[in-house]
Amino acid sequence: MLYYYFGLAVRSLKRNLVLTALMIAAIGVGIGASMTTLTLFRAMGTDPIPHKSRQLWTMQIGNWPPNKVTVATGDEEHLQPQIGYPDAIALMNAHRGRRQSAMYHGGRTVIPANSDLKPFEAATRAAYTDFFRMFDVPFVYGEPWPASDDANHSEVVVLSRELNDKLFGGANSVGKTVDLDGKNFRIVGVSDRWNPVPRFFDLNTDKYGKTEQMFIPFTTAIDEQMEMWGNFNCDGDLGTGGWEGRIHSECVWIQYWVELPTAADVAQYRSFLANYATEQRRTGRFHWQPLVRLRNVREWLAYNHVVSDEARILVLVSFSFLFVCLLNAMGLMLAKIMGRSGDIAVRRALGASRGAIFMQCLTETAVVGFAGGLLGLGLTSLGLLGLRALLSDEISRLSNLDTVDITIAVALAVVATTLAGLYPTWRATRVQPAWQLKAQ
Amino acid sequence: MLKMTHLAKAYRTEVVETYALRDFSIDVREGEFVAVTGPSGSGKTTFLTIAGLLEEFTGGEYLLDGVNVRGLDDNRRSRLRNEKIGFIFQAFNLIPDLNVGDNVDVPLRYRGFNAAERQRRIRDALGRVGLSARARHYPAELSGGQQQRVAIARALAGAPRLLLADEPTGNLDTQMARGVMELLEELHRDGATIVMVTHDPELAVRAQREVHIVDGQVVDLAPPPRLVTGGGAASAATGT
Repeated sequence: MLYYYFGLAVRSLKRNLVLTALMIAAIGVGIGASMTTLTLFRAMGTDPIPHKSRQLWTMQIGNWPPNKVTVATGDEEHLQPQIGYPDAIALMNAHRGRRQSAMYHGGRTVIPANSDLKPFEAATRAAYTDFFRMFDVPFVYGEPWPASDDANHSEVVVLSRELNDKLFGGANSVGKTVDLDGKNFRIVGVSDRWNPVPRFFDLNTDKYGKTEQMFIPFTTAIDEQMEMWGNFNCDGDLGTGGWEGRIHSECVWIQYWVELPTAADVAQYRSFLANYATEQRRTGRFHWQPLVRLRNVREWLAYNHVVSDEARILVLVSFSFLFVCLLNAMGLMLAKIMGRSGDIAVRRALGASRGAIFMQCLTETAVVGFAGGLLGLGLTSLGLLGLRALLSDEISRLSNLDTVDITIAVALAVVATTLAGLYPTWRATRVQPAWQLKAQ
Repeated sequence: MLKMTHLAKAYRTEVVETYALRDFSIDVREGEFVAVTGPSGSGKTTFLTIAGLLEEFTGGEYLLDGVNVRGLDDNRRSRLRNEKIGFIFQAFNLIPDLNVGDNVDVPLRYRGFNAAERQRRIRDALGRVGLSARARHYPAELSGGQQQRVAIARALAGAPRLLLADEPTGNLDTQMARGVMELLEELHRDGATIVMVTHDPELAVRAQREVHIVDGQVVDLAPPPRLVTGGGAASAATGT
């Protein structure tokens, strides 16, 4: 019978093309508006590492006096989003997590062996070896450098697939060397495409941007005095005394992540951090009540307002708009169905039960919803094109319709339209055939 | 086949109760052709819609082919209507989106027949009313008489036990009306049970029996004298 109802729906919709077009347009516009904002919202707020987001933690340490209100980067607790070098090294040495890595964003100049390529700067992440396994970075060739390379400040490097393609044509380059600022770094691995969005482990710059083109040991980067390309914030003392002075100052510029698989691990680490801060006060480094915070990936994204309140409101507004569109569609459907009361009465007289009429009308609304969903997809694509023109590159780059978005759009249209069609459909089942037939 | 005993149908508002039928009794036997007559507003159509299970009654009893229909839920009433009753309306009530074949198909769909059985029945029904060649035409492409024949084919297709006709010639000119009446008479001769509501005395006398309704009550159940001669019909007096 469903096939029969589908055929009836198509005939019915063709009977009054203007009304049908208005219904589909109402739904399509609503779906288009809501899906445009939802796609953007999802792209901005997606959990970048869902299988581990509750096991990966980052911390804040109150190494600045609470009265440093002139510094705009802190939160209401005067905590900074990054930590300083002394704390990073102390935490790495303590080695209290299952895996941990201090890290920062910088850049090196690559001097290609191939003379056809000119030297170029490549974004580089300085990290410890745990970075790769902690964040499940996939590898095309090779593997992360061993922990001994961290300890030995080795000149080793992991290239991104993109950079390996550029320098070695995609061949296995493990064991070869690459010239970085005049020094040969031995290639130990090539990471596969890996681009968590948002880039949760470093939200300071380009949080929707690409990951770095290569990775070198944190210890080596410090030795090489690799410049920080990220945020470098100080509490008024900019760290005089050159490189050494800067890294040993209270300036904050390092991200620090630790993997804590269980709740017990988290509790122990919290305790450890609190003790660490207390110890710093006892030694005279902090002259204030020590304050530390530990947040997992999801908490960290929320804390940093990665999905802004404005975006949430925009989604709410657009779904309210969809609701209004559906109300309009419902009114049109009601008019259409009531206009066919005579046909419904005849069908009832010929043996259709209320359930049969209900299914017939519901199929018609679902067909309208499906058509509205397809139109909505088209309008969503246009909406996203518009966003690309309006928004910054880093956000607009995310706004692509994927299979999930398309499924959501069509399902949303069909379900929402069917729900909106319930009332007109119910009214159709209440048509009194006797009255209709008497009226004729 | 159709037996109503002391049936009542009242329409109630907050201030008034109006009876469309009151103490209404009728017994139509299998194979009968009964004409129901009466002035406008007498309750003829209400009788027909109750007989066709399109409307509930408020008192009395109604047996359709031996089934007491009081209190049946919508599904059972719909099934009973589909299996046992064929409707023929004054305004034909064909569905304009559907071609002739698909119109005849409507009650068969709700019966749940498979495609082959439906096609066979559509073919037979259209053949019986002489419209086999018009199966793919749409109602708007047919004359009034042809449309009513399609409606009759639709009513016949499910092989119902009872045909209910509401002023079946009311929208037709004399020649077309004659053709439709001859078709009904032919169906009756073949064994169909027919109840026809009409206000036309000339049509009423062509039935076996006339039931006259005034103010919602049957005023005369006596069979009229049959004056049929050579397929024609003469008027018969109806008691009041």
